[in-house]
Amino acid sequence: MKKIFSVLALLFCLNLAYSQDKIEITAEDYENNAVEMADTMRSNGKIYVVVAVVMVVFAGIIFYMIQTERKITRIEREVLKEKGNS
Amino acid sequence: MEKKWWKILCVAILTYAILGALLFDAPRLNILNETIRNLHFHVTMWFGMIILLTASMVYAIRYLRTGNQRFDTYSVEFANVGILFAVLGLITGAVWANYAWGEPWSGDPKQNNSAICLLIYCAYLVLRNSINDDQQRGRISAIYNILAFAALIPLLFILPRMTDSLHPGNGGNPGFNAYDLDSRLRIVFYPAIIGWTLLGVWMISLRVRMRKIQQALED
Repeated sequence: MKKIFSVLALLFCLNLAYSQDKIEITAEDYENNAVEMADTMRSNGKIYVVVAVVMVVFAGIIFYMIQTERKITRIEREVLKEKGNS
Repeated sequence: MEKKWWKILCVAILTYAILGALLFDAPRLNILNETIRNLHFHVTMWFGMIILLTASMVYAIRYLRTGNQRFDTYSVEFANVGILFAVLGLITGAVWANYAWGEPWSGDPKQNNSAICLLIYCAYLVLRNSINDDQQRGRISAIYNILAFAALIPLLFILPRMTDSLHPGNGGNPGFNAYDLDSRLRIVFYPAIIGWTLLGVWMISLRVRMRKIQQALED
């Protein structure tokens, strides 16, 4: 209980220290068309090409992680069995 | 696969975070334009690094208290992936700075200090490799780890705030931590931190198991 309380108190202090001197983002910032954004890319849907590419890369990395984990599990079993026998 | 649920959670959160980062509405801000979306990739690397290096330090303390070799392994592997995140954070920062500040490395206090932190942690790995005795290596590197973490906090969070800096959140400049993160960014940003950190923990768990096999083979 004490621990939880002190962590909360710490987070609160950090938040106070952190929130000083900040410029707030307002709803107007979302509507401010004077600032250039990639609107064309979004309106013609090409952004989804980027999304697709990024997701494929991400899926590939995760696939590789899972394969590596499977391999390690297999080796783990082999080594530990050997140790059990000897 | 051991304890699947958090890995599935990690992939789900990261999928959401990447899609959200690319597709959700972002505030239209001068200078930053679309690059505000880097928030969900660059800044999360540093948050992830801090979490992982904190865990590394906690395991270093636990190692010193118990002498259990397992904690030493955790400590070094948390530091390894923490360093990986720091390297990625520096590189992504340089890419972003090239666009937003005009040059990849402008000797900004935040950049310099994070490079110093990186070197301090690289020295930790060098130190470990230079000692052969297991216990000695564990103890000396655990103490160094705690010192390194103690240097990290002022270097990253205090010193850059005391001078002028281009980097957001320091010295009252118009970058974007100076803007209060708003709730529409937060709904992607906070999950992204958790997601990347979980991915880091996943990598760590694989490396720890690898080390255990290595040790079992050596015995």
